[in-house]
Amino acid sequence: MSSRLGGWDITSKLEGIHEGPRRGQSSSLSPAQLNLERVFEQSRQRQQQQKNGPKAPDLPNPGPPTKGKPRLLLMGQRRSGKSSISSVVFHKLPPSETLFLESTARIQKDSMASFMDFQVWDFPGQIDIFENPTFDIDAMFGEIGALIWVIDAQDDYLEAVARLNVTILNLQRTYPNIKIEVFIHKVDGLSDDYKQDIQRDITIRIQDELSDHGFENAPVRFHLTSIYNHSIFEAFSKVIQKLIPRLGSLEAMLTNLCRTCRFEKAYLFDVLSKIYIATDSAPADMASYEICSDYIDVIIDITEVYGSWPRSKGYRESLEGEPWNQKLEDQVASNWAESCMVLSDGNRPIMLREVDKYLALVAIMKEDSYDKMPLVNMNVEVVVDGLKEFFEITKPK
Amino acid sequence: MDFEAATAPSLAMSQGPASSDVKSEVKKPKKKKVLLMGKSGSGKSSMRSIIFSNYIARDTRRLGATIDIDLSHVKFLGNLTLNLWDCGGQEAFMENYLSQQRVHVFSNVGVLIYVFDIESRDVDRDMATYVSVMSALTQFSPTAKVYVLIHKMDLIMTHVREAVFMERVRLVRQKTAEFVQGSGFNREVDLTPFATSIWDQSLYKAWASIIHDLVPNLSVIESQLESLGILIEAEELLLFERTSFLVVSNWTSSEGQNNPTTDRQERISNILKHFKQSISRFTGTPRNAEQFMLMEHKAGGRFSIFCLKFTTNTYLMVILPPGEARFNAAKMNCQIARESFKFLDGPISGAGQ
Ligand SMILES: Nc1nc2c(ncn2[C@@H]2O[C@H](COP(=O)(O)OP(=O)(O)O)[C@@H](O)[C@H]2O)c(=O)[nH]1
Ligand SMILES: Nc1nc2c(ncn2[C@@H]2O[C@H](COP(=O)(O)OP(=O)(O)O)[C@@H](O)[C@H]2O)c(=O)[nH]1
Ligand SMILES: [Mg+2]
Ligand SMILES: [Mg+2]
Repeated sequence: MSSRLGGWDITSKLEGIHEGPRRGQSSSLSPAQLNLERVFEQSRQRQQQQKNGPKAPDLPNPGPPTKGKPRLLLMGQRRSGKSSISSVVFHKLPPSETLFLESTARIQKDSMASFMDFQVWDFPGQIDIFENPTFDIDAMFGEIGALIWVIDAQDDYLEAVARLNVTILNLQRTYPNIKIEVFIHKVDGLSDDYKQDIQRDITIRIQDELSDHGFENAPVRFHLTSIYNHSIFEAFSKVIQKLIPRLGSLEAMLTNLCRTCRFEKAYLFDVLSKIYIATDSAPADMASYEICSDYIDVIIDITEVYGSWPRSKGYRESLEGEPWNQKLEDQVASNWAESCMVLSDGNRPIMLREVDKYLALVAIMKEDSYDKMPLVNMNVEVVVDGLKEFFEITKPK
Repeated sequence: MDFEAATAPSLAMSQGPASSDVKSEVKKPKKKKVLLMGKSGSGKSSMRSIIFSNYIARDTRRLGATIDIDLSHVKFLGNLTLNLWDCGGQEAFMENYLSQQRVHVFSNVGVLIYVFDIESRDVDRDMATYVSVMSALTQFSPTAKVYVLIHKMDLIMTHVREAVFMERVRLVRQKTAEFVQGSGFNREVDLTPFATSIWDQSLYKAWASIIHDLVPNLSVIESQLESLGILIEAEELLLFERTSFLVVSNWTSSEGQNNPTTDRQERISNILKHFKQSISRFTGTPRNAEQFMLMEHKAGGRFSIFCLKFTTNTYLMVILPPGEARFNAAKMNCQIARESFKFLDGPISGAGQ
C-alpha cells in the first residue's frame, strides 16, 4: 500500500522492488505501531488459554487485531448511525449520502490503511450476547481497546441505554480495562440546551445503574456527535488518545516543536480518517483542526491526480542527466511528503509533513515562518524521528 | 552547486511580439454577450454562482428564482468582461424574449449556453423552447457558439449516466438539425454538449471550455507557457483565473500526457476552489477574497507541485518531477516569467497606460 500523501514510491513501481526510503532511518514497511496499554497483552494471553470456547455461528470471527493497532468496536441499536459513522470517517462518504446506506446485521470488519483497527458490530435485534452461549465473548472483547456505543439522540433512547447498561456491567466483571465511550449521536439540529439535557439524563441513568451494582468509577465517557460536522472526528480523536500509552510524552514532543518553531498549533493525524491522535498543549479549537484536516484532503486529492501513475524508465533516466547528473533519489531532500501553504494575509501558513505510512504532522505556523522553512524543516525532522522512535518503543514485543 | 545549472538557462520568451500583439487586441475588448438560458429551475444561477462567486454547491439551494434577466458583468482576467445574461426561464419571460425583446436579447451574442435539466418532466416542451431560442439566435447572431449543458447529472445513477447523456444529446442534435433544414439557415450550428453537475468537477470542465474560446491572446499564452514548461522541466502547467479557478490555458509535456487521469484539470479546479472555502472559514475573510499566495507539495520521489499567485488575475500551478534543486529553480523561473505574462492583466498594465 503506497502512501496517500505521496511519499517515496517511484522506484518501487518502476523496478518492481521495494527499496524503501534511502535516507529515512526506518523502512516504510515498518509503520508506527501502537500498544494498547497492558490490557492488550493480558487479554491476548488469556485468550490463548481459553481458546476452546464455543463460537458464534452467525458472526464471522473478528480475527486477531493487526499487530499493535488500537482496535475499536462500534456498537449500538440498529439505525443509531454506526454504518454512517464508519463510512463518513473511514471512507469519506459525504454525510448526506448515508441516507442510502443499506442496513447490515453482522460484524463488519474494515480493513484499511489506518493507524487504527476498526470494526462495526451490528447485533441482531433481541439477542443478549452475554446470555447466549454461542457468542465467544472473549474473541469479541478480548483485544479491543475501546467500545464505542452509539445512541441516537433524536430517537427514544431508553432501550439503548438499558442495553448499554447490561453491556457495561458484563464487561466490568471480565474486562475492566476496556474504555466505554458513549456517542450521543445525531445531535445536529438539536439546541444546545437540549443536548446538555440529554447528556445529563443519559449520564445519570448509566451512573445510577453502575453504582447500584457497586461500580463507582467505571471508565465511561460521553461525547456529543454528528456526522454533519467535525464533532465525530473530534470524538474519535479523544477515544484514540485514551488508548495511547504515554500520550503525555507525545504531547510534550509536539509542544516542544511548537515552541522551537513558533508554531501556533500542531496535530499528529491519522491520514486516512483524519482523526488526530495527539496535539500540543495549546487549547485545541475546531477552526484550526478543520483547516488542518481539509489541508490533508487537498494534498491527498492532488497526490491522487499526479502521484498515482508510474513515469517511464526512459523519462526518469533523462531527469538524471544534464544539468543535474544525479540519481533521482539523490535529488530529493526528503523521501516523505512535505508541503506548505502561505495564505494571502501572510499570517499563519500551514505545513504538513508525512511521518509514516499512516501518520502526518500538520501545523499552523506563525507569520514569517515561511521564510524560515529550511530551519523549520530541520526541527520538524528531529521531531519526526522522535515520533518514529516513540512508536517503535511502545510497539508490542 | 546544481542550483547554478538550474538558473543558468535564461527565459527565452518572445517579449517583443507578444506585447505588441496584445496592445492592438486589447484596445477592442470583446463586448459580445454570453447568454445563459434554459427552463426555470434548471440550474443556471447555481452554476454561475459557483463558478464566478465562489458559492459551494450546498449554498445554491438558497438562491431565489431569477426574475426576467439578471445581467452581470463578470470580470475575467483583466481584459475580458463576460456579459452574462442569466435569463429567467419562466415561460412568460421566455415568450417575451422571443417576441418583443427578440432583437435586444439575441443580437450580438458570442456564446449561448443552453441548460437542460436532465430530470425535467416535459422534454418535448423543453425541446420546443430550445428550437425557438435557436431560431432567434441564428437570426440575429448567426456565428454564435452554442454550448448545451445536460445538467443535474448527479441525479442519474452512475452506471447509466453516460447512456442517458448520449441519448439526450442525440435528441438535441436531431432537433437542431430538423430546425436548420426547415429554416434554410445556411450554416452549421457550432454545438458543443457537456454533461454537468454542480456536485462534481464536470461543471468546471464545461465552463473552462466555454471561457477558453473567449480568452484573447490565447496563442500567445499557449506558446509562452510552452517555453516556460520546457525550460523548467515541468510535466504540466495549469494557468488559472484567480476567482473562478477555471483553467485558462495549460501545457503538458509528452511524459505528462501519459497521466491516466484525463479529467485532472477540472478536478484540480474543484479541489482548489473547495479549499479556498476552507481557508475563508479559517481566516474569516470573504469567500470571494484572495485566499492564498503559495502552495507547495513535495511528494517524495514521485513528483513535486507548486501553485502560486502569478499575475494579478491568475494563479499558476506547476507539476514537476522530483528534485529539490529543480523545484527551487522552477519557482524562481516562474517568478521571473511573471513579467512576460503581465499582459494577462488587461488593458491598463498590458498597454502600459
Ligand atoms: N441527522 C443525522 N442523521 C444521521 C447521523 N448519522 C447517521 N444518520 C442517519 O441515521 C440513519 C441510520 O444510519 P445507519 O448508519 O444505517 O445506522 P446503523 O444501523 O447503526 O448502521 C441513516 O439514515 C443516516 O443518514 C447524524 O449524525 N445525524
Ligand atoms: N441535484 C442537482 N441540483 C441542482 C444542480 N444545479 C442546480 N441544482 C438545484 O436546482 C435548483 C434550481 O437552481 P437555480 O440555479 O435557481 O435554477 P435557475 O432557475 O436555472 O437559475 C436549486 O435548488 C439548485 O440547488 C445540479 O447539478 N444537481
Ligand atoms: Mg449499519
Ligand atoms: Mg435563476
